[in-house]
Amino acid sequence: MVPRWRQIQEQIVASQFWKSIFRVGIPNTNRKRVLAMLGNVVLHLHPVKTRKSGVKMRYTWCAGGVTFFLFLVLTFTGLLLMFYYRPTVEYAFVDILDLREQVPFGIMREVHRWGAHAMVISVWIHMFRVFMTGSYKPPREFNWVIGVILLVLTLLLSFTGYLLPWDQLAIWAITVGSNMASATPLMGIQGPGTGLLKIGDIPLVTSTNDARFGLLGGRFVGAGALLRFYVLHCVGIPLIAAFLMAVHFWRVRKDGGISGPA
Amino acid sequence: MPVINAFKSAVNFLSAPQYLVTAMLVLLLVGLRSKLLWSKRGGLFLLVAIGGGMAISYLDPNFNAVASLPDNVPIVGMIFLVGFFFWFAMNQAYENDRRIAAGLPTIEAADSAQKVFSWPDLVYVELICLVVVMAVMIVWSIFLKAPLEEPANPTDSPNPAKAPWYFLGLQEMLVYYDPWLAGVVLPSLIIVGLMAIPYIDTNPKGNGYFTFRERKWEITLFLLGFLVLWCTLIALGTFLRGPNWNFFGPYEFWDVNKLVPLNNINLSEIIWIKMLKRSLPNFWLIREIFGLVIVGFYVAALPLLLSKTLLRRFYEKMGTPRYLIGVSLVLIMISLPIKMYLRWFFNLKYVVNIPEFAFNI
Ligand code: HEM
Repeated sequence: MVPRWRQIQEQIVASQFWKSIFRVGIPNTNRKRVLAMLGNVVLHLHPVKTRKSGVKMRYTWCAGGVTFFLFLVLTFTGLLLMFYYRPTVEYAFVDILDLREQVPFGIMREVHRWGAHAMVISVWIHMFRVFMTGSYKPPREFNWVIGVILLVLTLLLSFTGYLLPWDQLAIWAITVGSNMASATPLMGIQGPGTGLLKIGDIPLVTSTNDARFGLLGGRFVGAGALLRFYVLHCVGIPLIAAFLMAVHFWRVRKDGGISGPA
Repeated sequence: MPVINAFKSAVNFLSAPQYLVTAMLVLLLVGLRSKLLWSKRGGLFLLVAIGGGMAISYLDPNFNAVASLPDNVPIVGMIFLVGFFFWFAMNQAYENDRRIAAGLPTIEAADSAQKVFSWPDLVYVELICLVVVMAVMIVWSIFLKAPLEEPANPTDSPNPAKAPWYFLGLQEMLVYYDPWLAGVVLPSLIIVGLMAIPYIDTNPKGNGYFTFRERKWEITLFLLGFLVLWCTLIALGTFLRGPNWNFFGPYEFWDVNKLVPLNNINLSEIIWIKMLKRSLPNFWLIREIFGLVIVGFYVAALPLLLSKTLLRRFYEKMGTPRYLIGVSLVLIMISLPIKMYLRWFFNLKYVVNIPEFAFNI
């Protein structure tokens, strides 16, 4: 007997269980489409109705959406990786090695690493799109500013994560990057003017209190830096970024929805 | 095959930073205005030229060795994605400009006359994007293993030691500027400058649709920063910088022992020794006076001078604070290519060199 799919579907949608979750049923009338958008905590990020040009891929390239989605993917895969990873000089590398050798078909580390690269690229493309459509112009100036902070946070997330595998690639890339901090004017040991800061003969800024030391929690990329970067990577920066994303999305709505010609 | 080898040597030669950056500058200044490049045919031509060039290059073992490093694969992806979206944006901009000139509504205006229900029109587009991204991530992750090198060894520094790829533009700047500028001051100014864009750009046109004609200046300057000074330098730092951060052509073997003559010379030496035929004065202020005057002129006097002359129109339109901040930021951005060309043409190392305070520009 051919099952009557339509009838089964209707029965499911009419059941108490289904209705307790999705209050409005299948959004096949305009009224229900409105209710579907308003009644769901995730969907109500969106307005009920959107400018047609803003829905088009050719306009937004969905680049902001893809960035956000990649952020979610990274949060999820990162959480899984945290189960297996200990941020100490003793264990960090072997834990990653274990992940690689012991988990058959494991691709969480891959998804996390390539996802991070992809997110960096997609933020740039999103910024590029927003620029090319002039969407930073009034009234959206401040959302652009928030966007720039998000861009910096995305790069910092990627940068702090780069150290965690604790292999040659990791510590030397971070060494090259963090060496810059020692050139901070007046605050880095090699920075311009730093040598002038002294009381008598005693220099005020030394390799144990300059900007680089603050960044690394040590004079070189060692245990202190690993722990510091781990905490920033897994807790600090994601929290700030998630908060700012909420503000970013809120403002997209409050500034009149996706931009379009007046 | 001599023909192929000759071709490879030519490419190696022409991809040196001075030609690469010049080519990108020309592409930007001339290309942006050439309608043909942004048509479908132009896009196809670009795709075949860049894509085909890259694909064939993979046959070369030296190119392959660098371009297929797992962490470099995303940068190949970036080149194509940024290239595609550059074309896509300009293509729509030219179409809109044509429509505006003909008195027709833009693509976006024609669309945005009506509003659609977010369910299903928006939600479904997002869902499809989501599925495509997930599929790409999974396939990519299955076929390309995440790299893991030898365990960290603080005593064994690799050569070249490179920053993560998205900072390679900054690392490339280190060739021309000292770390305090390339690694601290300029990155901070990039961030501040990006944030300042909406407050400096007072052109009310081009808000909410692609256009080039109505925003020529803004777009050219932004792309100078984004495409030439950021993306191109990243590609350069990734694919063309080998041991000791020396330049290597795309088909050149990364020889650790490659010798590059270092004959860079400071402005003070050029002026005092070569031109005035004297020895360098001992006191730093006198020794560096020319450089200090030049830098001072560039950052302090030039914006004022331009406001009375070349950029008078902008000055009057923007008002003093906007104009001063905007022009200063642009001048600092342009100082990078200027410093590059000074290095390439005159081997200039520092305009100002005061090792007494670790202060070099
Ligand atoms: C973590 C990073 C980011 C996320 C997740 C994100 C997400 C989004 C999303 C989902 C939208 C809706 C429209 C679209 O998809 O294009 C949007 C719009 C916008 N974004 Fe972002 N964004 C990020 C970074 C940035 C950056 C770096 C900038 C600029 C420097 C920026 C500036 C804007 C502006 C001005 C809008 C409004 C655009 C319009 O109304 O057309 N965002 N963002």
